[in-house]
Formats: sequence, C-alpha cells, structure tokens
Amino acid sequence: MTLNEVPLRTPVQIDDIVGDRPFRRRLMELGFLPGVSLQVLGIAPFGDPMDLEIRGCRFSLRKAEAACISVRHLQVHEAAAK
Amino acid sequence: MEPAARPSVQPQTSGTRGTRIALAGNPNTGKTSLFNRLTGSNARVGNYAGVTVEREIGIWKLGDRSVEVMDVPGAYSLAARSAEEQVAIRSVFGLDPGEPRPALVVVVIDATQLVRNLYFAMQLIEAQVPVVLALNLFDVARSQGVAPDPRRVEDVLGVPVVAVSASTGEGLGELARAVERVLVKPDLGRSGVLWRYPHALNKDVDRLASLVQAWSPEEARALGRWALLSVDVEDELVDIPEPVRREVAAIRARAEAAGRDIDAELIGTRYGWLDAQDFGIRGTATAGITERIDRWLLHPLWGGLTFLLTMGVLFQALFAWSDPAISAIEQLFSWLGTTVRTLLPAGVFNDFLVDGVINGAGSVVVFLPQIMLLFFLLGFLEDSGYMARVAFLVDRVMKSLGLHGRAFVPMLSGYACAVPAIMATRTLERQRDRLLTMMVVPLMSCSARLPVYTLIISALFPPSAKILGLPAPGLMMVVMYVFSTATALLAAAVLGRTLLKGPKVPLLLELPPYRLPRLATVTRQMWMRAKTFLTEAGTTILACTVVLWALLAFPRHPLLTHDYDADRARITASVPADAQADAQAAVDSAENAERLEDSYGGRLGKLVEPVIAPLGFDWKIGVGLVGAFAAREVFVSTMGVVYGIGKDADEQSQPLRERIRHEVRADGSPVYSPLVGLSLMVFFALSAQCMSTLAVVRRESRSWKWPFFLFGYMTTLAWITSFTVYQTGRLLGF
Repeated sequence: MTLNEVPLRTPVQIDDIVGDRPFRRRLMELGFLPGVSLQVLGIAPFGDPMDLEIRGCRFSLRKAEAACISVRHLQVHEAAAK
Repeated sequence: MEPAARPSVQPQTSGTRGTRIALAGNPNTGKTSLFNRLTGSNARVGNYAGVTVEREIGIWKLGDRSVEVMDVPGAYSLAARSAEEQVAIRSVFGLDPGEPRPALVVVVIDATQLVRNLYFAMQLIEAQVPVVLALNLFDVARSQGVAPDPRRVEDVLGVPVVAVSASTGEGLGELARAVERVLVKPDLGRSGVLWRYPHALNKDVDRLASLVQAWSPEEARALGRWALLSVDVEDELVDIPEPVRREVAAIRARAEAAGRDIDAELIGTRYGWLDAQDFGIRGTATAGITERIDRWLLHPLWGGLTFLLTMGVLFQALFAWSDPAISAIEQLFSWLGTTVRTLLPAGVFNDFLVDGVINGAGSVVVFLPQIMLLFFLLGFLEDSGYMARVAFLVDRVMKSLGLHGRAFVPMLSGYACAVPAIMATRTLERQRDRLLTMMVVPLMSCSARLPVYTLIISALFPPSAKILGLPAPGLMMVVMYVFSTATALLAAAVLGRTLLKGPKVPLLLELPPYRLPRLATVTRQMWMRAKTFLTEAGTTILACTVVLWALLAFPRHPLLTHDYDADRARITASVPADAQADAQAAVDSAENAERLEDSYGGRLGKLVEPVIAPLGFDWKIGVGLVGAFAAREVFVSTMGVVYGIGKDADEQSQPLRERIRHEVRADGSPVYSPLVGLSLMVFFALSAQCMSTLAVVRRESRSWKWPFFLFGYMTTLAWITSFTVYQTGRLLGF
C-alpha cells in the first residue's frame, strides 16, 4: 500500500521510499525513514495536497509524491502501544 | 566545497571586523526572533555572494566585547541541491572568499521538535565546528510537556546546550555566557563523532576527504559526507571541483552495483543514533492546539471562508486602508513643492528641484504605506504559521499555473500595486519561483491603471450605452480586470513552461505549529523592508523621475508659434477683472501645451507615432505614454497638459473628457472612438508603463536583465494585442 491510499487518521509505518533522488533524500532528512510511523490528517479542499503528521511534525505532500512512499499498517501491538 | 578558493591561512576569527558568529538552524524555530533579541535594531542587510538570498548581520554586545552575528537562512539540512541551498554550508564553514569564518555557530533548535532539529546540529558537530545549541521555544515545550532535559542533551552530544525563549527572553544571559566561554576556548564547543557510519561508507568518505582542503580531518570528512549527499548529475551547485564530482559519481556507481544505498546509510545512521538517545523527554506530543485550530482553518468549508476573509482583509488594507496615508504624503510633497517654488527665484533650477527632485522623492515615498502595510500583514501571516496553510490550501490551483502556493499573496497584492507585490515575492524560497512571480505580477490590474480606465471609459462610453443589455461603462471595467487576470495567469503558465522552466519540484511543505507573532519582530521586518526600498529601489526611481522631467521640460526655450506674452498683456488690458484669472490660465495652458509638444518628450511622442499609429494612437497619446512611465496615472495629467486643459486635470475632469470626445486629427476625423479607447486600455493593461516596477524588479532580482526582459515582453505583448484589437475592430466596422 502506498501513502496516497491510506485512509485518514490511520497510523501506518513507512516501509520504503522510492522516487527521484533529491526528493527521496529530502524526505529522509526530514525523518521519513523506514519504520517511522505517520498518519494522514487531512486533504486540501481541491483534493491535493495531503496533510501528514510524522514525528510530531506536520508536513504537506502531494498525492503524486505520496505514491512514492510505501507503508504498512502498524502491527496490532504497536498500534495498541501508541 | 571549493578547495581551490580556500585560503591556506587559519580561520580569521578576529581582526578589524571583529569576531563573527553564525546563527543557524531549521526554519520555523524562531531564529529571526532570537536574532532580533540579540542584535537589537542595528542589523545591516546584504546579500550572499552569487545568489539573491538576503543576509543580515547584526552586532551582539557580549559583556565588554561585541561580536558580529550572521543570520543564516533556515534549512533542514546542510545538504544542498542548488546554489541557494548551498548558502547554509558556505556561510557556516566560511567558504566564501573574503568572508570571515564564523568562530562558532549557535544552532537554534525548536525544543518541541528536538530530533529533527538535532539532525541539522549533528552535521556541524561531526565537522568539529564549535557550536552552542540554543533550545528555543523552551517555554512552549515545557507547557506542552515535551521539553527535553538540557543537561541530558548536553551530556549526550558533548556540546554546550542552553534552554532559551526568544519571545520571553528566558535563558539569553546563559546563552551569552556559553557563547563567551566557547569563544575563549573553542574546544568546549566541539565533541567527538559519536555516531558510527557503516565501514564501507567511511572508506568512501575518506576517499573524498583526501580531495578537499579543510581545517581539520573531521571537517574534511564532513565535507565528504556533504558531497556524497548533495552532488548529483543534475544538481545546480556551484564551485564543486571536478575531481570531487568524478569521485562522487564513481563511489555512487560502485555502491549501487553493490546494492548499497548511500543516502539511506548516511541519513539512517544519524536518525538511528538520534532515535536511540534519551534526551529526557518525558511526555508525548498530543494533538495540541495547532491541530485543533487546523480542524477549522483547513476545513473544506470554514477553512475556505477564513482564507477568503483573510485575503479580503489583506486586499482591503492595501487597496483602501493605505489611502489616507498615501493622500497625506501626496499633499505633503505637493505643499513642499509649492513652498519651494515660491521661495526660490523662477528658473530651471527651481523647476528641477520642484518637478524633478521633490516630485521624484514624493513618488518614492508614496509607496511606503502599501509596502509597510503589506509587510506588516505578511509578517503576521508568516510568523503565526498561517502562510504555510495558505500555500497548502491553494497549492492545487497554483500548481496548475506553474506557480508556488506562496505566490498567491504577491499575486493578490498585485491588484493594488506591483511594487509591494514584487517585494513580497521574497516569501518564496526558490529563485525561479520568485522570478516567475515577479514577471507576471505587473500584469495584474493595479490601482494606478484605474484612473486611466476611468477617464477613457467615462469619456467614450456614455452611461446610457448598453452592451448585451448591460451598462457599458461598468461592463468595460469588469472586462479589463478579468482580461488582466487571465493574461497574468496565462503568462505564468507560458513563462513557467518555457523561459523559466525549472526542474519539477515536489511540494514538501512544513505546516508549523501556530504561534503568536511577536510585534517587535514583525515591525522590525517592516521597517527593514521600507528602508531597503527607499535606499535601493528609491534611488533608481528618483533618478528616473528626474530624467522624465528633463524629457518633458527641455528644451527650455523652444521657438513658439504664438506670442503668449502678448496675449497676456492684451487680457490684462481688456478683460474684466472677474474673468482675468480664467483667461490667463487658458493662455498658460495653451503655452504649456505647445512647450510640451516641442519638448524632447513631445518629439519622442511624434517619433513613435508611426509605431503606435496601427494601434489607433496619435502622437499626443504617445506623449501621454511617455509621461505615464513615471506612473500610469500620470497619463491623465499629461493628457491634460497636451490638450491645453492644465496639469491639474484628473480622471473626473469634464473638460478633459469633452476634449477627448471631440479631439480630431489633421484630416478632421475623430481621434478617439470606443475602439481606440479599448485599444488604449488594452495597451495600459499589458505594457510595463511603470519605472517603479522596473526599479524594484531590478532590486529584487539583483540584475538588470530581468527588468529589461519584463519591459520587453510586456511592451511587445501590449503592442501585438492592441494591434489585434484595433485592426480586427476596424475590419469589423467599429
């Protein structure tokens, strides 16, 4: 599953980031790394971009780029711990 | 990253210019507030070498000595893709020739977002650059229960850490003492490299480190890591030595073949280490006030309404609230001009002083109300965190035009005046985005076009006239606004895909927590903008006004076809006393009209007549166009002089409207028809008839190329469109 497909307010965990190098590097430098959890808080009025929460910070990302981030649902015990 | 340009001497941290320290860190950390707190109001604004990134340097009184503080633009990392982003590493490492190397770097850290901010600090720590970490917004972190323990952070990282709050002033004394200690003993600000990169990566880094010169082996390795992350086939970095580029390419190729991911190794190591540390944070961030506010402000309906309301207030402020101040300034300079004119003997010097210098100074100062209002409001939007939401809300629409979401406010401001709007483009981070916005903002229908439209419409479209059943004058005005907006958006789409085509940049926008802006920070920014406008763009505008004055005032003694002095004498002798003034004024106006015709400006109008004739304009309109270069609304008063009505004619002047309706060419045919009026309005909508706009583009782009391009493309566009309108209209029989 990729980030653009995740339902709102559902915590997921980053699996992998693909895409062109400068963008991927910037994302990683902001702390978007495999294993880190994040959630989609909302979507802008015209359907793009997305409003994300990660590491207690909020970032906005367009859906086209969110498709470069593959995610998985948090394991049940992890979700409970959160 | 340019060993060739690197001085072989040791860092020059003292000398005539004194000690310099740098203030660096992530965006939205309150860095500017802290800078203002430390340096007061004595900052000088400059520019980083080679890029249009503004740089502020202020003086911080530290005990009995003072140090220079340089405000480094906020960045999430030192790694860079462009010359603009490279500013961060160049300034903290003192890589620019002629610039002193900072003796230490105060890393400003948002205490509520410690880990992400420490990622930046780690890059300085591993380079052995002396640092002091200022955990800013500590009061906010404390109240949210997410404050780290400064002593723990200090123990973990091995460098001085101080909890501060730029808004309350908390901890600033302690920060000063920590900085003083490190200035005396730089090693106190250094620490070992505590995080371990994979072995293979270290070998790659060592290879690069041998290619760069640096003050220490650690710094050479740090530069090597920087190069591994930053250098790319398609980067826009400057001054990267060819051997370094080749080595990076070779290393990356080998790594890829071996299935390694260098970016993930580097970044993952740093974050992996950070995530494993205990910084004494005991609480977890909860959905705080920011998220609750955003449920409203980013709501599809309420968020949209709040957005419209905010933008409405901004627009109203620029368009209407600035008006009393503008009128006051105009009256002041007009009074000043009249006073000087009567005090000094009549003559060319008097005219130069009044019509050139005082008038020119007035036309500079008159921009201040709008500039200051806009930057005051922009400061609130930026510092509160709402500006990022604006960019978020309009991104979808702006993206399709090739513009950044943050370009929305400058574009909107363009309806009031292009000058503050172009200055507001500095809220955009990338040079390409700034330039594109600057190139299209002058197409928005600014308030100076309004008097021109009003005059033409009221003279040529009687209120009773109907087009498609609607009153013609109102409809024409709406059409002009829609037309200018459509053209600006179209121009953005075209220029953004051609001349200003940049690499497609994904949006990665932080939505920072909402914070109460500090009035002192906002007003200080506002004064600084006003000051740089006066000193830098203002001088160009003043010079242009003087040139324009000279064009319209010389030659001083043309051969007049008529003896106006004889007329005056005749009037004095024969006209009854109560009609004297009017009769004399009529003679003056007639004389001024002829003098203007004979002036260089008048000759220029005649010279360009063949060029503008296909648009339906005669030489008199040409003179008006020359005069309008001072400011578009000057077209109205210039036409007043050309037609012998007097220079005080405004767009409401009945005699001027009458004259326009009845003006005829040499062959007796009327000069103006509704078609000519339309062609003239189209020309005004599209042409760059405003030297102040060009001067401010020159200031903001730091080059002459862009104002010339702006003038060239807008004038060409205006001519072609007016030509098409006029000639098509004639073919259709209008």
